[in-house]
Amino acid sequence: MNAPIPRPVQRAFEIDAIRADFPILATTMHDRPLVYLDNAATCQKPHAVIEAEKHYYETLNANIHRGVHLLSQQATDAFEASREAVRALLNAPSTQDVIFTRGATESINLVAQSWGRNTLKPGDEILITHMEHHSNIVPWQLVCEQTGATLKVVPIDEDGVLDLSTLDTLLTERTKLFGMVHVSNALGTVNPVAELIQRAHAVGALALVDGAQAIAHTPVDVQALDADFYVFSAHKLYGPTGVGILYGRHSLLEQMPPWQGGGDMISLVRFSGSRWNHLPYKFEAGTPNIAGGVALLNAIQYVNALGFDAIAAHENALLDYATAQAEVFAGLRIVGRAPGKVSILSFVMDGIHPHDIGTILDMEGVAIRTGHHCAMPVMERYGIPATARASFAFYNTFGEIDALFVALHKVVKLFKGPAS
Amino acid sequence: MSDLRELYQEVIFDHNRNPRNFGRPARYDRVSEGHNPLCGDRLTLYIAFDAAGLVEKASFEGQGCAISTASASLMTEALKGKTEAEAEVMFQNFHGLIMGTSDVDPAVLGKLQVLTGVKEFPARVKCATLAWHTLQAALHGEQQVSTE
Repeated sequence: MNAPIPRPVQRAFEIDAIRADFPILATTMHDRPLVYLDNAATCQKPHAVIEAEKHYYETLNANIHRGVHLLSQQATDAFEASREAVRALLNAPSTQDVIFTRGATESINLVAQSWGRNTLKPGDEILITHMEHHSNIVPWQLVCEQTGATLKVVPIDEDGVLDLSTLDTLLTERTKLFGMVHVSNALGTVNPVAELIQRAHAVGALALVDGAQAIAHTPVDVQALDADFYVFSAHKLYGPTGVGILYGRHSLLEQMPPWQGGGDMISLVRFSGSRWNHLPYKFEAGTPNIAGGVALLNAIQYVNALGFDAIAAHENALLDYATAQAEVFAGLRIVGRAPGKVSILSFVMDGIHPHDIGTILDMEGVAIRTGHHCAMPVMERYGIPATARASFAFYNTFGEIDALFVALHKVVKLFKGPAS
Repeated sequence: MSDLRELYQEVIFDHNRNPRNFGRPARYDRVSEGHNPLCGDRLTLYIAFDAAGLVEKASFEGQGCAISTASASLMTEALKGKTEAEAEVMFQNFHGLIMGTSDVDPAVLGKLQVLTGVKEFPARVKCATLAWHTLQAALHGEQQVSTE
């Protein structure tokens, strides 16, 4: 038996007050307190976000950008205030460069179809990394099929770090776009995106950053990064589902044709031909998720009030504590050991499939993700069908990590118990 | 409340630890590959028939959770000596009882009854049915099947 690992003292914030802001954290699952450790899949929502959606439907609901009536104007103002909050969050130069979508996935598809389909030709290459989420793989496969361009992949090493020595051969004048995940959802790895963007630009390629997993953990400055495109989903930033963001460099967005046609994205429609609306509306066909878009403002305010430094300090302490326990847990192997990774602990256990782990943990009230995490190539890289993944948010506690490991001991007891 | 022990019965642990009929046989007449895209599990099922058209041996290989491994192991045991038509009926009975859409007596499943606990765990139903969908594909001459 190893010496117990001392539970760190809670310092970064008033954790009880924070947890009280998230109603779902007080619920039970299978008669046990919910221990929610699936934050990389989606984060829980603070009261302020839930209330903002309710408030919108109770006092502001009208279609935006079209009515002359006061209610429509108020709804438009609320939606556009959220766009400004996103602009500030990303330090984008203008709200014209901030496009609302359904999610990070749709944002990437927009770039692939609007920019890629109209630009790429046979012989061109799209470069991505081996640790991309399917959402930053499949849209490029589709556009490669449509245009005859080729998809190339930057490999990863045993720890889950990009093998940058391959860039000299993979990144060439044939490369038209380098798509890279900022933070890996399966491994937690934080990629050196500023450096990678610079490398892409050096060969004349554009750079698209998938920030879905990064946005809740780290401040993002698209101008300092010099990113051409940066995408994220509101629901991974404690905001509503069904709302995503595409930031694009203004000159590129100006050149790109609309992707979807419909209302709001036009300035003039005639059967002989239509004219497109100006940015950002050119890319916002149809009525969006207005309530969700409005409530994203409150999610951003919530995170800003805590501060990314304090969030990172607490989440890193949680990860360190969990990692220390995982390292002494017999038969458990951590998958993804990149230095400086975010609070994601992916692991496998000898002789016990992740899905069995997930079911048994669930019965203890502990919610984790099990499976391939929409990153099948990562699983293939490590020769495993799946992992179990615990991912921590700022509202998690050291006690919840203890609950995770108590439950994991129950898994072992059940599987390797008296019968073995 | 669903009890873990209803799902993870000792028979299931036994077949998970020591799967029967595991591995690729030297001779087989049918082969089919099953895939559960939800969890990435893969399973290949091999069936060899005797001269009378009865299942002489069913075997499998692949990676899966305890439920999917035990289900495949128990299924290959139960298939021995069955005709294709009987195997089809086994599939219908098993599938119906696991999905809760059949009112046949669970006793018809014999030893396979231990898997019916899975119906209380909807997220795991596909684990139990992967081998069976693969069986049906093999019976219908399809080389690949997905539970999605």
